[in-house]
Amino acid sequence: MPTVAPLDLDSHAITVAWLDDIPHFALADGVVHRLDHGHKWVEAHDGLLTACPDLSETSLVTGGEDGRVMAVSTDGTATQLAEIGRKWVTSVAAGPQGAVGFASGRTAYVRFADGKLREFPHPRSAEGLAFAPKGMRLAVARYNGATLHFPATDGKPVELEWAGAHTDVSFSPDGKFLITTMQENALHGWKLADGKHMRMAGYPAKVKSFSWSAKGKWLATSGAPAAVVWPFQAKDGPMGKAPLELGTRGDTMVTQVCCHRTEEIAAIGYADGMVLAARFADQKEVLLRRAGKGAITALAWDREGRRLAFGAETGECGVVDIAG
Amino acid sequence: MSDAQTATPSETAAQIPVTVLTGYLGSGKTTLLNRILTEDHGKRYAVIVNEFGEIGIDNDLIVESDEEIYEMNNGCICCTVRGDLVRVVEGLMRRPGRFDAIIVETTGLADPAPVAQTFFMDDDVRAKTKLDAVVALVDAKHLPLRLKDSNEAEDQIAFADVVVLNKTDLVTPEELATVEATVRAINPSARIHRTERAGVALSDVLDRGAFDLSRALDNDPHFLDHDHPDHVCGPDCDHDHHHHHDHDHHGHDHHHHHHGEASPIHDAGVKSISLRGGEMDPKKFLPWIEKTTQMDGPNILRLKGIVAFADDPDRFVVQGVHMILEGDHQRAWKEGEKRETRLVFIGRELDTERLTRTFEACQA
Repeated sequence: MPTVAPLDLDSHAITVAWLDDIPHFALADGVVHRLDHGHKWVEAHDGLLTACPDLSETSLVTGGEDGRVMAVSTDGTATQLAEIGRKWVTSVAAGPQGAVGFASGRTAYVRFADGKLREFPHPRSAEGLAFAPKGMRLAVARYNGATLHFPATDGKPVELEWAGAHTDVSFSPDGKFLITTMQENALHGWKLADGKHMRMAGYPAKVKSFSWSAKGKWLATSGAPAAVVWPFQAKDGPMGKAPLELGTRGDTMVTQVCCHRTEEIAAIGYADGMVLAARFADQKEVLLRRAGKGAITALAWDREGRRLAFGAETGECGVVDIAG
Repeated sequence: MSDAQTATPSETAAQIPVTVLTGYLGSGKTTLLNRILTEDHGKRYAVIVNEFGEIGIDNDLIVESDEEIYEMNNGCICCTVRGDLVRVVEGLMRRPGRFDAIIVETTGLADPAPVAQTFFMDDDVRAKTKLDAVVALVDAKHLPLRLKDSNEAEDQIAFADVVVLNKTDLVTPEELATVEATVRAINPSARIHRTERAGVALSDVLDRGAFDLSRALDNDPHFLDHDHPDHVCGPDCDHDHHHHHDHDHHGHDHHHHHHGEASPIHDAGVKSISLRGGEMDPKKFLPWIEKTTQMDGPNILRLKGIVAFADDPDRFVVQGVHMILEGDHQRAWKEGEKRETRLVFIGRELDTERLTRTFEACQA
C-alpha cells in the first residue's frame, strides 16, 4: 500500500523536484522547502513564478516577481544567476553545460555557466522555453508559433509557424519533435526533420501540464477529465492515432501529469487534489493520495521511481512512497 | 471547461474584482491610479500597468506587462484576449490574500475589448476573477481633437461603464456641456463624473459590479426608472444628475430613442440603439439575440438589457461584449413594475431598422 508523508505548507506549489534525491518544494511565496533530515527551507524570491531542476538534478533554477533568476542548491544556498530589473521572470529552462534560459516580457535570455548573458528580443511575448536534448538550442514559445535559437553561435533562428498563441514548449527526448501548449485547448507539434504539423486538439480545458514517458515513447497531458497520452513511437508521432485516456474521472479534471522514469506509468494529479498512478499497458490504476483541499499543481518522481513528491495550489505537499 | 466539473474549494472562493482603466495619455489615469494606491480606503490593490512610468509609488503589487493581443483560433476576428494578462493574473492569483482587487491600466490607444474579453474567455482567469467595470478617463479639453484623430477614443467611451470627464477646469461651461453631450451621444449607458485632477470619489469607479448580471443594470443610468413619471430624484438618488441646468439639454435621460444623434464634434462612428418592447417569446428571443451577436458581434461593443419573458415571474438580464453573450434570471418582477423589455446596443455600423424590426418580431 502506498503511504503518504504530508508536508502542509501555506502557498501555491509551483514546482516539486528531487535534487540529489532530496524532495524540494518551490512555492509561489518564494520559499523553497526541502525534506532533508527534517523540514528545511530557504527564501529564494519575493514571489516565485517558475522553477525547474538543472540537468544534473543538483540545483533548482527559479524565476521570480523580483526580476531575478536564482539557483537553489541542496544545502539551502540561493545564488543569483541574473537580475533584469522589476519585470517578472515568467519562465526558466535548464540547458546543457550549465546554461540557463529565462524569459521576461518580450525577451528570452540565455545565461552561460561562465556568467555571459545573451538576449533574444522577440516582437511579441517570449512565453515558455525549452532546451533541445542535444546541442545548444533554445526553443521559445510565442504568438503564432515557436522560434529555435542557437545561443552558442550566431546562427540564424529557425521559425516554426502555426496561428495562435503558444504558451509552453518541449522537445521530445529524442529531439525529433517540438510540442507546444496553446492558449486554446490544444497542443501543437512539429516534426523537426520536415516541419510537418501535428495538431492535438479536443481537450475540454487548457493543457497546462505535460510529461514525456521513458525514452519519449508517449506524451502524457492534462486538460481533460483523464490523462490524455499520445503515442510517439511511430516516425510521424501520434498522427492518425488515438491517444490513451488514463484515470478517467467523471467529476473533476486532470491538472498535472508526471511519467515514471523507467516504467510506462504516469502519476496523475486532479483538480480535487487526488493523485493516481496509471499503467499504460492495461490502464490499471492505483490510488496514491486521496482528494485534498485544492488542485494538484506539481508532481515529480525520485531517481528510483519509488517515491512521488506532490504539491497543490493550497500548499498541501508531501511524498508518496508507492512501496509503502 | 465542462459544466460537469465540480468546483474545487479554491474555485468557489470569492472571485477578485478587476477594474479596467482606459484613457489617452494625459487624461489623468496616472493621477487616479496614484490616488487609488495612496488614499486610505482600507483596501489593497494589485495594479497591472504597461509601463511603471510615472506611478510615484514603490509597491510590490505594481506589475509591468507588455500588452499582447492574442486572437483566438476560432475564426472569429473579434475574439481576442490579452495574453499577458492571462499570465499575470494567474501569477497574482497564486498568492491570494495580498490584495483585495486588481486594476488593469491600458495604454492610451488600447482597445478595451480584448482586456474585457480575457475575463470571459479564459477559463482559469474567469474562475478566479471577475470584471467589475471599465472606466474611461476623458480629457475634457482634448476630447474633440481625439475623436477626430482616431477610433480609439470613441471606442473607449463607447465601451465604458463609467466615464470620468476630467480636467473640467480647463474648459468653459459651454465647452463642457458640448463634450458631455458628445460622451452621452456615444454612450448613453455610462455614468459620467465631471472632475478636476481626477478627483472622483473612488466608490464611483471601484466595486461597481457593472458586469455582474445581478447588479449591472441597477447601476446603469439608462436602465434606472428615472423616466417613470412618478420618479422624483431625492437626495439619496444614485442617478446620474446633470449638474448644469442650461436647459437646451434635458436634465434627465428621457429620450432613449434619440441618443444616436450626433453632436457637432462627434461624427457618429459609434452609435447606440435602444430597443423597447413588451413581453418576449423566449423561443424567438433567445435564438434572435444569439444570432444577432454572432452576426453583428464584431460591430457590437457593448450590449445590455432587461428582458420580460411571457409567463416568467423573473426578470431576465443580458449583457455582451462583441460575440460574448451572458444572460441570467436576476430577480422577480416587483409588483406594479412594468413588464417590458429594454435593450441597448452600442457599436459601429449597426442597422437600426433591421435590429428594431427583428427585435419586435420576438414579442410574445
